[in-house]
Amino acid sequence: MPDGLPTEIDLTRPSAARVYDYFLGGAHNFEIDRQLAEQIASMTPNLAATMRSGREFLRRAVRVLLDAGIDQFLDIGSGIPTVGNVHEVAQGVNPKARVVYVDIDPVAVAHSRELLAGNELTGVIHADLREPERILAETRQLGLIDFSRPMGILLAGVVHFIPDADGPEAILATLRAAAAPGSFLVVSHSTFEDQPQEMLDAQRLSARTATEITLRSRAQVTGFFGDWTVLEPGVVHMPLWRPDSPSEVDEHPERFGAFGGVARYDQPAG
Amino acid sequence: MAAVPDSAGVDAGRDPAGVDAGRDPAGVVAGRADAQGYAADWARAVRRLGFVPLSVAETERLLLAHTIRLAQAVRAEPFTAHPAEEIGRALVEAHLTEPQALEWTLHALGATFGRRVLCDGERPADLAERIAAVQGGLAAGFARALRDRTFSQQERIARSAWQARDEVEQALRESEERFRAVFTGAAIGIGIAGVDGRIIDVNQAFADMLGYSIEELREINVAALFHADDAAGMWELYQELIEGKHDAARVEKRYHRKDGTVVWTDLAVSLIRHDGRPRFTVAMIEDITERYELQQRLRFQALHDPLTGLPNRTLFFETLGRVLDTADAGQRVGVCFLDLDGFKAINDSLGHDLGDRLLVMIGRRLAACVADHGHLVARMGGDEFVILVDGGDDTDDPVAVAEAALAAVAAPVHVGEHQLAVSASVGIVQCPASETTASELMKAADTTLYWAKAAGRGRWAVYDPERGARDIARSALVAGLPAALERGEFVLHYQPIVSLLEGTMLAVEALVRWEHPELGLIGPDRFIGLAEETGLIVRLGEWVLRQACEDAERWWREFPDARLVVSVNLAARQADEPAIVDTVADALQTSGLPAELLQLELTESAVMGSAGEPLRSLHRLAALGVRLAVDDFGTGYSNLAYLRRLPIHCLKLAGPFVEGIRADGTDVAADHRDERIVDALVRLAHALELWVTAEAVETGVQAERLRALRCDTGQGRYFGAPASADVITARLRGGALA
Repeated sequence: MPDGLPTEIDLTRPSAARVYDYFLGGAHNFEIDRQLAEQIASMTPNLAATMRSGREFLRRAVRVLLDAGIDQFLDIGSGIPTVGNVHEVAQGVNPKARVVYVDIDPVAVAHSRELLAGNELTGVIHADLREPERILAETRQLGLIDFSRPMGILLAGVVHFIPDADGPEAILATLRAAAAPGSFLVVSHSTFEDQPQEMLDAQRLSARTATEITLRSRAQVTGFFGDWTVLEPGVVHMPLWRPDSPSEVDEHPERFGAFGGVARYDQPAG
Repeated sequence: MAAVPDSAGVDAGRDPAGVDAGRDPAGVVAGRADAQGYAADWARAVRRLGFVPLSVAETERLLLAHTIRLAQAVRAEPFTAHPAEEIGRALVEAHLTEPQALEWTLHALGATFGRRVLCDGERPADLAERIAAVQGGLAAGFARALRDRTFSQQERIARSAWQARDEVEQALRESEERFRAVFTGAAIGIGIAGVDGRIIDVNQAFADMLGYSIEELREINVAALFHADDAAGMWELYQELIEGKHDAARVEKRYHRKDGTVVWTDLAVSLIRHDGRPRFTVAMIEDITERYELQQRLRFQALHDPLTGLPNRTLFFETLGRVLDTADAGQRVGVCFLDLDGFKAINDSLGHDLGDRLLVMIGRRLAACVADHGHLVARMGGDEFVILVDGGDDTDDPVAVAEAALAAVAAPVHVGEHQLAVSASVGIVQCPASETTASELMKAADTTLYWAKAAGRGRWAVYDPERGARDIARSALVAGLPAALERGEFVLHYQPIVSLLEGTMLAVEALVRWEHPELGLIGPDRFIGLAEETGLIVRLGEWVLRQACEDAERWWREFPDARLVVSVNLAARQADEPAIVDTVADALQTSGLPAELLQLELTESAVMGSAGEPLRSLHRLAALGVRLAVDDFGTGYSNLAYLRRLPIHCLKLAGPFVEGIRADGTDVAADHRDERIVDALVRLAHALELWVTAEAVETGVQAERLRALRCDTGQGRYFGAPASADVITARLRGGALA
């Protein structure tokens, strides 16, 4: 049993992955998850929309990466990849695209394995983002991703589960250091900027799932990209990041309470 | 994910204006079919009302295909609602499952579909009925698909949960098996107990070490494994551990096995907490009995004498130090330092083996005779034993202990075929513990033992601090002698020897003085004896001889007519030295002093004892031309025979005879007797052609009487006290002038 991972499956506690699934309309969840989801939704009607918004941001970002020629993805914190998952988006465009999913939730991992059984171009790793070296080592072991070529590292709605004490900057730096030039990093992250009080209350409620969420500023989220080149329009509230059409953008994009951004590793000149 | 059907080839309006109109329901052109507009509104609604994992364009394309298919279904002959069911299912498959979105879909079908999507000519007569059937079919298909999907997703997530749980349990089981294997197979004993002390489980090694079965131990409480003879604080440490004050403890603990034997263990106890509260203790024990016993044996060996098994010097000093450190105020501590008399002779004559056996016997007796009092008997080495009398009460009289020890030693000892009568000497020291140190005490005991030996052996002596102080001062002088000689702290003074007849200075006696850097000028009476005991007299005497020869040579060179003889004392040890003749010859040669100007004074006893080599030495010295004088003549056991055999030139009459010739005449008879002795001695000497020098001449009357008795020369304060060489030189110069 790897260190840092749960040594028991406690189905009496809600799981972030399954709550997320419920918000996306899935049925991969239990009563306990739905209760929490309803409770969160009753306090902040925005939250369900926030999760959908995050899913849409991820879809748009993956499409941008695919357009840039990226055909291998490392999706860390993938949860239960049912609705709008990365491999469907990616393989819908490029049937040879490869995706490695990583999650800390053993149920999500077991589910992913079952869902992806038979899909030779996908893999699932049970690991903790706080151990990036292990994630990289196990990813290499899978042999799906060629680290000498550009890849897309996806950290959608997961870094805010890492408290400052666990050194998220160092974790991101480790992941970036493993990527070849031309790689992309996609991050979406909850923020306190421009947020009303109930958002912050809901954030506290989320502590009833496995982990508490750490809200961070735009500058902090931007910092996670290190010296990589942040693509236009920068680190922005998620709906503002390259919407399908201007009419899609919510009148109050900040109400989703999360920033999204994409950066590219440009080989330094010289 | 459902494929998005291509809308090409479908019979539907493609008018761009229609699309525009579709974006604005208010601008619907009546009578014109606008599937695209309807689909766009549909797409916008589902995207607004729920999560759609598709882009805007994809959503519109998908729903346009469904719109067209619905239109076809409504117009079809014969009519069937079956395609609507499929579309309901397809909506679910595309994740368009938001209830509000379904509500919008069904409502729009009834409210605007016929009007917006079907051209005027295409509307069947029973349109309303058909639309209702389509609504029903779509809802049924949607519900069936949603139920199927929910079932399958629920099933899958449940299966995943169980699978994950299985994996974790499998991992736990494997981990448990590994630990169980470690537990059962470990060479060290492992035991688990609750904080109530109840033993929950032990492994075989643990049970084996304690000699119980595992089942028996499971019945036992940890408390039963503690014993009164455990190290101090061990039980308290365990209590603190189960109270959570420590998380681990490590001690050396002895367990009593079921069969009564003892096993020594290295015990490590760890506290297992659950949610912070102490729950279990895990004890790991390693059998260290052999190591422990080896340690004990090594410690015993380090602290005991291998021959007698008695405590050794180290243990004695450890014990003495502890007694002195912990003594109550006023408590007295005593030691009896015992040494066998003449043990070396026994060893040499009967062999070391018998000697060792004698020591074993003596050691046993000593231990037995003080055992009742609990005194410590130690062998300090060789044939030295010491008894520590540390009791605080008056019955612990070290003198009584010493007498008991002497009696124990004195009983005849049978060693092999020999019956030995052994005696011992004991030095006793007793003083308040607060006033001494271990080394002071043992030094005093050593000194006292020496006194007992010197007093004739077979007895005890008690330490006398004043005598000890004298001994100490004396030994300090002894210790300082060699360095003093090297540093040139000795000087020579000379005392004139004057002709009684003419009053001229014929000779000087060289007398050594020690210019001690701290004690000032020290006379020979305080150190010559020590120098003789230690043998340093040989080197000191040689220095005196050479220095005197140098001084005399200078006088001879400066005042050749005076022919001043220098008289140097020769100690018995020096006279015994085989090299003495060479030394004297070399001193003469080195200084250049004529041999006849050197006189060597020997004590009567030194000359008397002379036989063999020393006697030959005296003859050879005389042959060199050196004069020989007998010092202090008449005080020893005078055997006049040697006067015949020895090449003697001069007799020095001892001071007491001269003192008897007093001027005041208070004891006329005694006076007369001394005078007659001196008269006889002078006659005897002259008869043997010997010179006579009278010592200790204090007064003019004495000098006059001696002259009348025809004594040749006199020496004493009347003729001049011992003085430095310079004073003698001045006197010679003055004499020359006169």
